[in-house]
Amino acid sequence: MTLSSLLRITPRLTPTAARRTSRAVSSATNTSNATKSLDSILIANRGEIALRVGRTAAQRGIRVTTLYTDPDSRAQHALSSPFAFNLGSVSAYLDGDRIIEIAKKEGCQAIHPGYGFLSENSAFAQKCTEAGLIFIGPPYKAIEDMGDKSRSKEIMTAAGVPCVPGYHGTNQDPAYLEEQADQIKYPVLIKAIKGGGGKGMRIASSKAEFQAQLESAKSEAMNSFGDDKVLVEKYITTPRHIEVQVFADKHGNSVALGERDCSIQRRHQKILEESPAPHLPDATRKDLWAKARAAAEAVGYEGAGTVEFILDNDSGDFYFMEMNTRLQVEHPVTEMVTGQDLVHWQILVAEGAKLPLTQEEVEERIAQLGHGIEARIYAENPEQGFIPDSGRLLHVRTPTTSEDVRIDAGFVEGDDVSAHYDPMISKLIVRGANREEALRKLAVALEEYEVAGPVTNIEFLKTICKSPDFIAGDVETGYIEKHREELFAPKVIDEEVLAQVALACLHRDTVSGSRSSAGVAGSAVGFTPSYQERQLSFTETTVPGSPDGASFSVRVQQTADDTFNVEVGGRVFEQVVSRMDPKSQIVTSFFAHTRLDTTVIRDEDTIMAFQRGTQYRLTVPRAKWMEKALGLKDVTNSVLAPMPCKILRVEVQAGDRVEKDQPLVVIESMKMETVIRSPHEGTIARVVHTQGDQCKSGTPLVEFAESE
Amino acid sequence: MRAPSPLALRSWGSRLGPRKCLPNSLSQSRIITRPTYRAVASYTHPHHASALSVLPTVLDTSSQEYRENSQQMQELIDRMNSLHTTIARGGPEKAREKHLARGKMLPRDRISALIDPGTSFLELSALAGHGVYEEDVPAGGIITGIGMVEGVNCMIVANDSTVKGGTYYPITVKKHLRAQAIAQENRLPCIYLVDSGGANLPHQADVFPDRDHFGRIFFNQARMSSLGIPQLSVVMGPCTAGGAYVPAMSDETIIVENQGTIFLAGPPLVKAATGEVVSAEDLGGGQLHSSISGVTDYLAVDDAHALILARRSVANLNYPTTTTPLQLENGNGDSLVIKEPLYDPNELNGIVGTNLRRQIPVHEVIARIVDGSEFAEFKRDYGSTLVTGFARIHGHRVGIVANNGILFSESSLKGAHFIELCAQRRIPLVFLQNISGFMVGADAEKGGIAKNGAKLVTAVACADVPKFTVVFGSSAGAGNYGMCGRAYSPRLLFMWPNAKIGVMGSEQLSAVMEAVGRSADPALKERIDRESEATFSSARLWDDGVIPPAQTRKMLGLGLTAALGGKAEPDVQTRFGVFRM
Repeated sequence: MTLSSLLRITPRLTPTAARRTSRAVSSATNTSNATKSLDSILIANRGEIALRVGRTAAQRGIRVTTLYTDPDSRAQHALSSPFAFNLGSVSAYLDGDRIIEIAKKEGCQAIHPGYGFLSENSAFAQKCTEAGLIFIGPPYKAIEDMGDKSRSKEIMTAAGVPCVPGYHGTNQDPAYLEEQADQIKYPVLIKAIKGGGGKGMRIASSKAEFQAQLESAKSEAMNSFGDDKVLVEKYITTPRHIEVQVFADKHGNSVALGERDCSIQRRHQKILEESPAPHLPDATRKDLWAKARAAAEAVGYEGAGTVEFILDNDSGDFYFMEMNTRLQVEHPVTEMVTGQDLVHWQILVAEGAKLPLTQEEVEERIAQLGHGIEARIYAENPEQGFIPDSGRLLHVRTPTTSEDVRIDAGFVEGDDVSAHYDPMISKLIVRGANREEALRKLAVALEEYEVAGPVTNIEFLKTICKSPDFIAGDVETGYIEKHREELFAPKVIDEEVLAQVALACLHRDTVSGSRSSAGVAGSAVGFTPSYQERQLSFTETTVPGSPDGASFSVRVQQTADDTFNVEVGGRVFEQVVSRMDPKSQIVTSFFAHTRLDTTVIRDEDTIMAFQRGTQYRLTVPRAKWMEKALGLKDVTNSVLAPMPCKILRVEVQAGDRVEKDQPLVVIESMKMETVIRSPHEGTIARVVHTQGDQCKSGTPLVEFAESE
Repeated sequence: MRAPSPLALRSWGSRLGPRKCLPNSLSQSRIITRPTYRAVASYTHPHHASALSVLPTVLDTSSQEYRENSQQMQELIDRMNSLHTTIARGGPEKAREKHLARGKMLPRDRISALIDPGTSFLELSALAGHGVYEEDVPAGGIITGIGMVEGVNCMIVANDSTVKGGTYYPITVKKHLRAQAIAQENRLPCIYLVDSGGANLPHQADVFPDRDHFGRIFFNQARMSSLGIPQLSVVMGPCTAGGAYVPAMSDETIIVENQGTIFLAGPPLVKAATGEVVSAEDLGGGQLHSSISGVTDYLAVDDAHALILARRSVANLNYPTTTTPLQLENGNGDSLVIKEPLYDPNELNGIVGTNLRRQIPVHEVIARIVDGSEFAEFKRDYGSTLVTGFARIHGHRVGIVANNGILFSESSLKGAHFIELCAQRRIPLVFLQNISGFMVGADAEKGGIAKNGAKLVTAVACADVPKFTVVFGSSAGAGNYGMCGRAYSPRLLFMWPNAKIGVMGSEQLSAVMEAVGRSADPALKERIDRESEATFSSARLWDDGVIPPAQTRKMLGLGLTAALGGKAEPDVQTRFGVFRM
């Protein structure tokens, strides 16, 4: 309640009431002396989190100012507010000074940094404070302390929060190191300080083998890096990533809003997060919460933070890893199981108010609300090592949202997923009375989630949801690696799917072109029926550069206006009555045995079909004449870009003789450098792209000369 | 009687109301008169008219006669199906294998690839040449028909080189010319899929010299082009000598490399004439004509490529695309639903049967052809042996003239009157023909049957609207003329498998011959019977094809669409100065 709102109603009241109100005003003023109501904030971020923060702000009547860069000018977050300002270049979300300048100019009182970008930049937080703006986040000192690994460990150790035991010192005497290992307790990890990629790394599972492993690690490190210094750390055989959401206010209060298990990861990034963590003894859970609060208090924390722990699933011990001093991507999981709006909490804390709930109240709510789980939907190709994809979202159909199914998305159909930024399309969060129910709901929601355009991980997420060990709650950070065979098993394409895709192709031609001969369309006329038979070919879409997928041939014979006989791989479906809605692109067909509704999206040679909760990707093979007529060359002699990327460096020139695995080109995508190596020996005929070029996935980078 | 009551109540209300509340305005209330109650509602509900037009059926599908008819017709249809299936295979197995081995598509597959998916190909005269020559010439060695390409109805003419190398028999020429005539009448763009060895030399006398022989093809091409009817050629095989003019006289020409050739004389003739030794490809191949001679405009890699180029060319004709009939579109631009007939068209088999001595109830036939079985009959009770009236077929409004017995003076006059109406209103005419002739005898002659019959023939001959004829029974004598036989230029003429055509039936013919003092040879009777059959007629192109009775409505629908969809009149012509080529 603000002062002004109370004053505004005064004239209408009787004198007594007015007098009473003035007392209320004065008392309100007394308690809110320390608080500063926010009515205009700037969101220094993009995508779903910018929209997410904006939503809460709008609910609270707070004006939102958004920012965008040139490639983001039509992004949803930029369009969400009439107060949107252009920062210019791609990387300008990091331009703190410019952002502060805009905030000042637009009269914003606070800046919400979201996650990523400037959210954990203590210098930026400090500048905000100096400029008289509220940084919605912890004090910059806390960011600084937690950003420094060794400093944070010191603080945590002092506060009684367990850290991964290890020796990082300079004493490399084998006997001394063994002594350290004894203290750490086996198994231990011996790691070369300069090491990487698994080289110079050994595991000693008992005291007996420590010296042998140490020697082996040291000699390998010496050979590989010219330095044999090692460190010794506790080795955790089945680690789990468990983090605790904490909140602290300016009045010294802190709460832990439950934990999240984020063990399902690929490329060290989370894709599934849930709360509560499965199979976690209650004592451990409570201990985690207490340690997390202790950690927050130790650094004088304010606002939202996450304390990340590594849990040894075998021993049940957990160790502090780091503290994230921001609102995290997976915060909605906690919101689902606590019923709280964490962005609102952040604003309250920033305003100087007390935390809305006490620890006991939070625990009461957690006890009632069951299980929450979040799946991150990325434009990436799991089959290709999860490399990011980009492009236009040709079709997006989302599950129906409800109290228990939430979608935080930064994109809508027709938007471009830019290669410049994080490829996360959205987050799907569901809640169930228990873990089983939550998982079932997640599986159903994923099946309803249709995204066509860039390759997404939705199919992969569905597979994990059906993976028995995951369902059993046996999670660990190496889950995907350990279950590789099961999770990447090739999928079978049903005949019905192919029939539906073929029918969709025919329907599309008919809709866009010429179904107009007034009811006689397509049916066979006269005694000679053969003219309505069409043969269509499709191949399974595979990763660029790999051998062609299975190919399929479908024969469709139209027998009446909307009736077809379809033959796929020896199976014949007779008298299929089929129609396509050109708006929704859904083909509805009544087969003799069943009805199928299939969404078929076509982008030239790429076909994406969604049927009964599964996505299928097919390619229209190139016609025989195209190669010659269009001058298309077979690309077997070329090295292709595995993902949309920018060329950082070209390491070879035309005419160079190269060996197998010799670096050819260095590309950058999603802030990651990848070296493209020669697949075989040969002579370079042409370097197609030069430094700085932006390339699409599958475009040739280097062409080899024809082998002699 | 119910309808006026709300109105009455409202007037009562307005009369009583003001009197109570505003007693001063009496003068105003006096003006209101008592509503008059009429005995009949003066509002006509729109569906009443169509309800009035719905034809009832008295067909008993469980009757002995129906079942007999049905079975006999089915046997005939099965024979037709197998005959057409054999013909649709084209030339002998060996020739087809050779054709495919060269990487060429079979002509019917070419047509499938050329036309729009989801559209129908209206093939014409598939029986052409059947039993005409000593050797088999399936479909006369050429496939013709109306198909939709990029939304435009086109006449497609495709040589079948698996049949005698695609050479032109006399019937091939006739079929090609008939296709062109249909194209010209209906203003349909022509697409020639050329793959022919030219004139069939043993038959050269019946192919080359006369007015309606080979040369007429190019005459037609030139004339049609001058009328703004586009002519496109796709050269997918040889085009030798005269044949070379098909692509050369087209507006645009596509050629398949290493496959299509165009030359006035082939390598053997060149060698004989000048001693020059040259390969076919160097003499008149795709590369040569597309890059050096300029005879062709587009070079294709293979058949599939050539057909895609042809589709692109059609898309660039700027020709009107065929759409639903205009009258059917309501104000919002949505097309209204076309009503199917109320009764199963397959019942036509049992209605007509194969015994032409039985009277066929034509109303039952009409009820299975027209939209919603709705038929606004004209002069129903006058001259009832000829049935006339308005209906719609696939949404197109048509006037139907159908035989329901012998033509008398009254029926002829009625027919002439009705045709006049349709001609004035520009409504296409559909003749359903089952006629043994005009009435004969003293009474008939006294009544001026010759004069009255002539009126019907005159009306048919002069009516300048698209006419379509379907022979569903017999077509004999002058009845054929009065009912728009081949000589009266219907846009399309189809026969049912049971139909018979001839001056008179074989029995009458024998009777007449005996009457004039000559005994009829039994062999003659047999020959007349054979020559009256639909297959015999169709083989000689006296019609445009034998069709399954149940598909009559579909065929007429396609024909009407083709007739009404083309470009109405040539546009303003660009005039050029003299080109130096």
